[in-house]
Amino acid sequence: MSVPLALLGLLEREPSHGYDLKRDYDAFFNRGKPLPFGQVYSTLGRLARDGKVIAGQSEPGDGPDRKRYAITPVGKDEVEAWLAEPVAAEPSLHTVLFTKVVLALMLGRDAAGYLDAQRATHLGRMRELTEIKRAGNLVDALLADHGLFRLEADLRWIDVTQARLGALAEAVRER
Amino acid sequence: MIVNALLRAEAVSRSYGNTPALREASLSVAAGEVLAVMGPSGSGKSTLLHCLAGIFTPDSGEVWFDGRRLDTLNDGRRSELRRTAFGFVFQFGQLVPELTVADNVALPLLLGRVKRKRAYARAASWLERLELADLGGRRTGELSGGQAQRVAIARALVTGPRVVFADEPTGALDSLTGELVMELLVRLAREEGTTVIVVTHDARVAACADREVVVRDGRVTDPYASGLVR
Repeated sequence: MSVPLALLGLLEREPSHGYDLKRDYDAFFNRGKPLPFGQVYSTLGRLARDGKVIAGQSEPGDGPDRKRYAITPVGKDEVEAWLAEPVAAEPSLHTVLFTKVVLALMLGRDAAGYLDAQRATHLGRMRELTEIKRAGNLVDALLADHGLFRLEADLRWIDVTQARLGALAEAVRER
Repeated sequence: MIVNALLRAEAVSRSYGNTPALREASLSVAAGEVLAVMGPSGSGKSTLLHCLAGIFTPDSGEVWFDGRRLDTLNDGRRSELRRTAFGFVFQFGQLVPELTVADNVALPLLLGRVKRKRAYARAASWLERLELADLGGRRTGELSGGQAQRVAIARALVTGPRVVFADEPTGALDSLTGELVMELLVRLAREEGTTVIVVTHDARVAACADREVVVRDGRVTDPYASGLVR
């Protein structure tokens, strides 16, 4: 997740204080893992330095920073380009899962047992996300869905790998 | 092993000719639990379900239900048990196409000699809970896949079973419809305190359950019982 670009995008809606940006960021993008205030203000400082936002005058009130930030045309261009650009497909061959399975086979450890445990852990997380979906609103449900589909992809890989463990063990030993 | 399990298989084996489908499979399910049975095609998970439900008799091993040995009952007693204590939801083909939706849901009650008026009243009540109240007069052939599975759930639950066995209940549905059907099944089963055993290869279906076991080459792996997962 690109925090600077997400904050820029939120600023394109309307000029905002750091506090409001953090609140909206946490509400939409980072549920369960709030964005630290320090990161919000340091990010806004860098964006201002790079000419992507401009900071207004300090306003009276509590808190460390009462400036209102507004996006610049440079910032808008960056958001527009970012939103149009597809994310690179993540390479799947060097994940932690793969490394653990290969190492387990190399070392004669219980790779099948590891995969069973990993499946159960994945399903445990899928249960949590399913509950979030059931109890939450549409935004919660769509965020949970994204997590569920990613975990499901891992599980399919776990199943296929488990079915081919014998062949993979031979391939690992031959090298 | 679950203490005071409602349903339990102990070292159950079953072969088709010379091909073993289950090899000393053991499994316990608690009352009110929703259990997912996962595994690749041909792993033996449906055979396990059929043995647990008393549809198949194991070649060896034991199946216990509510403190009673199930696998040694004669065909008539097992059939009665399936009608009174168990409900079933399959992937498709379980509804009688010549009958209406209400007839299909009332059918298990009528077979159990419940009076017609009462049977149809209970069927109507279940159709309402499954948001199918307007479809009672339709033939099942006129239903969408999701509607048909909701009718199947109503039919499975109408007798107030202790256990519902579901074999790939969402296998013929698109993912969104499947999700809704599974959510309904689990929610209603929890409301009724009914145990559910659902065979599935779909992780999203399994994620609706309390726990899962994996069947591979006819053997049951329970990562929780074996201490693999804490």
